Amino acid sequence: MSALLQVRGLSHHYGQRIGCQDVSFDLRPGELLCIVGESGSGKSTLLKTAAAQLAPSAGSVRYRQRDGDWLELDELSEANRRRLAREEWGFVTQNPRDGLRLNVSAGANVAERLMALGMRNYGQLRDIARGWLERVEIDPSRIDDAPTAFSGGMQQRLQIARTLVTQPRLVFMDEPTAGLDVSVQARILDLLRRLVNELGLAAVMVTHDLAVARLLAARTMVMQGGRVVETGLTDQILDDPQHPYTQLLVSSVLTT
Amino acid sequence: MTAAALSGSAIAASATSPSPMLELRGLGKSFELHHQHGARLDVLDNVELTLHASECVVLSGPSGAGKSSLLRVIYGNYRPSRGAVRVRHDGDWLDLAEATPHQVLEVRRRTLGYVSQFLRVIPRVPALDIVAEPLIEAGLSTPEARQRASALLHRLNVPERLWQLPPGTFSGGEQQRVNIARGLIVSRPLLLLDEPTASLDADNRVVVAELLEEARAAGSAVLGIFHDEDMRDRVATRLFPMRPFQIA
Amino acid sequence: MTSNYNFAFLDENTKRMLRRALLKAVAIPGYQVPFGSREMPLPYGWGTGGIQLTAALLGPDDVLKVIDQGADDTTNAVNIRRFFARVAGVATTERTTEASVIQTRHRIPETPLREDQILVFQVPEPEPLRTLEPREAETRTLHALADYGLMHVKLYEDIAQYGHIATSYDYPVLVDGRFLTSPSPIPKFDNPKLDHSPALMLFGAGREKRLYAIPPYTRVESLAFEDHPFEIQRWEHQCELCGSDESYLDEVVVDDRGSRMFVCSDTDFCGQRRAEQAA
Repeated sequence: MSALLQVRGLSHHYGQRIGCQDVSFDLRPGELLCIVGESGSGKSTLLKTAAAQLAPSAGSVRYRQRDGDWLELDELSEANRRRLAREEWGFVTQNPRDGLRLNVSAGANVAERLMALGMRNYGQLRDIARGWLERVEIDPSRIDDAPTAFSGGMQQRLQIARTLVTQPRLVFMDEPTAGLDVSVQARILDLLRRLVNELGLAAVMVTHDLAVARLLAARTMVMQGGRVVETGLTDQILDDPQHPYTQLLVSSVLTT
Repeated sequence: MTAAALSGSAIAASATSPSPMLELRGLGKSFELHHQHGARLDVLDNVELTLHASECVVLSGPSGAGKSSLLRVIYGNYRPSRGAVRVRHDGDWLDLAEATPHQVLEVRRRTLGYVSQFLRVIPRVPALDIVAEPLIEAGLSTPEARQRASALLHRLNVPERLWQLPPGTFSGGEQQRVNIARGLIVSRPLLLLDEPTASLDADNRVVVAELLEEARAAGSAVLGIFHDEDMRDRVATRLFPMRPFQIA
Repeated sequence: MTSNYNFAFLDENTKRMLRRALLKAVAIPGYQVPFGSREMPLPYGWGTGGIQLTAALLGPDDVLKVIDQGADDTTNAVNIRRFFARVAGVATTERTTEASVIQTRHRIPETPLREDQILVFQVPEPEPLRTLEPREAETRTLHALADYGLMHVKLYEDIAQYGHIATSYDYPVLVDGRFLTSPSPIPKFDNPKLDHSPALMLFGAGREKRLYAIPPYTRVESLAFEDHPFEIQRWEHQCELCGSDESYLDEVVVDDRGSRMFVCSDTDFCGQRRAEQAA
């Protein structure tokens, strides 16, 4: 099976400081890859650079479009980059308030990407928005409520609905469950797991939570100091970690 | 992939003339513990084993002999330190010690099954869906997958009232039966079993033994650990003795 | 005319700068052209943008009309008209048909305009996306990429809240199929008059330092949904002075007991009709 995303030697530097350094990986359709590591390990920088939100200092990212053609993201115009981000990709931020439009209703938040794609039928937009609210377990009767009236967990589920409504092929997620209660977290993880399977999404997810990686991802990359120190099957990395840092990370997990 | 493809040409071909499905050559495993002053833990050395279609080899030996570790190395859960784990996958031989993660995942999906002692519970997912999931991943429709999962759970005497509940709160025996059902629902040419019957009563062990016999009759090769002697005698076609690793 | 000022108040270099910006605006219909807005002898919000455009356009032979909400006799209109009479010495009029330049706040005259007329709008906020997207760099990018899904978010919110598109003035339009544009706070009743207008329409925002144009005979569409099409306001009343049932009506309170009457907002239009009826 051919890859959907090809990352080669990708680096992003903040001035003299390393954000991420010389990272390579392939992502296939329908695959969820987790990037784990502690705060400051460069996970989010890598995610944003791979998603073309940050310009790479070195290296390349290639994406295979629906029509099978490869796009060099570096050579992409701003217009095409946005089109891609709108039509084929999604990005879920850690803080849902960053990913949502807080001054408009939940329904408008879900419908926005559809309107950006040119859908101009109000009735249809409402139907689709209601369907997605239901899918992310938000009462559809709250379609006209402002997201500010929602709990943190509901806001995150709303952001997921808003991102997935256009059925993207590739989703980037930056700690989507950090900062939420454990019970809320489980619900969102289950939801993501189900949606990723149902929609056949490919996804790259940043998390510092190894249990999240175990639950969702077949493959995992471990980052330290901006570099990937270990990569492979998630269960292998968690049960038989090779690198000193991964061993430390795994042995630091509290078990209940 | 269709349901017909699930039964696999590898099985069909090997059912007539028992052919090797798994070859372990010079297999060794050591753990290096970087945070325990670089201590090295040797668990397997120079394991040589050939497993044929339709046979059931049971690993025997005292605890600490590395039986579970061997199964985990074969499954790719542990990374082999030395030697080869050669698997017949889609008619070709593939060394899992050298394979890419994507290849290992593909082998796990279609060729190599693993049933451990414990069910890894996924929050909020009902037992029925946990069992049906491997079939859905293999391309079956959800209703058909659920139907087959129901049949299997029924056969394993999991009460129907539990099917729609997440197994987190089930008893050990119920969880184990859900785990077995999930592990055996897709017929794979190669099965690894790590004490799947440890907390089952006699009746349910018989059911598992029957399921394994059916898998073998369909051409699957089975490699397992069974501490219970009755169970071992009933399912094993051959024993593979292991002893704790000796430092040379 | 007061000779202490340069003709039409602004110095010639400023007028040249404005005319260049206006030419660019006409060349790219609906595109907001930045310009060096000057301090004018009236506060922001009173038409500093419109007045600078008018100053750059006026020649000695022009006839100027100024309306505020359709009326020629309100303070703002009277002051601006008198201002140009003093600093440019141009003729002024209240008759739409006689004017060559019409500066307006919040209305388009009912009387159809001609090719030899220019309408100058006073614009408080030139950016139609501003309430939804506060970042100027981002709205400019959205315009550059014609990425206008956001505007429909606002219309969606209207329908969700009120059951219909409740935006009744400053109703967003797409100019020449390309640039999303604010028509300034005119009632949406006037939006159809923007489409294929024979007269040149110029828009000036003094505080925001932007001007833009809708050249004659340009396609101007009001945004809408398929199942919630664009509609203009309708009244159950007729003008109580001239009897018109096709003009934009103002509701006026006429005494202390709360009595109201509906009259044409366009005073010239109303007056002409009454004069014809009397004749």
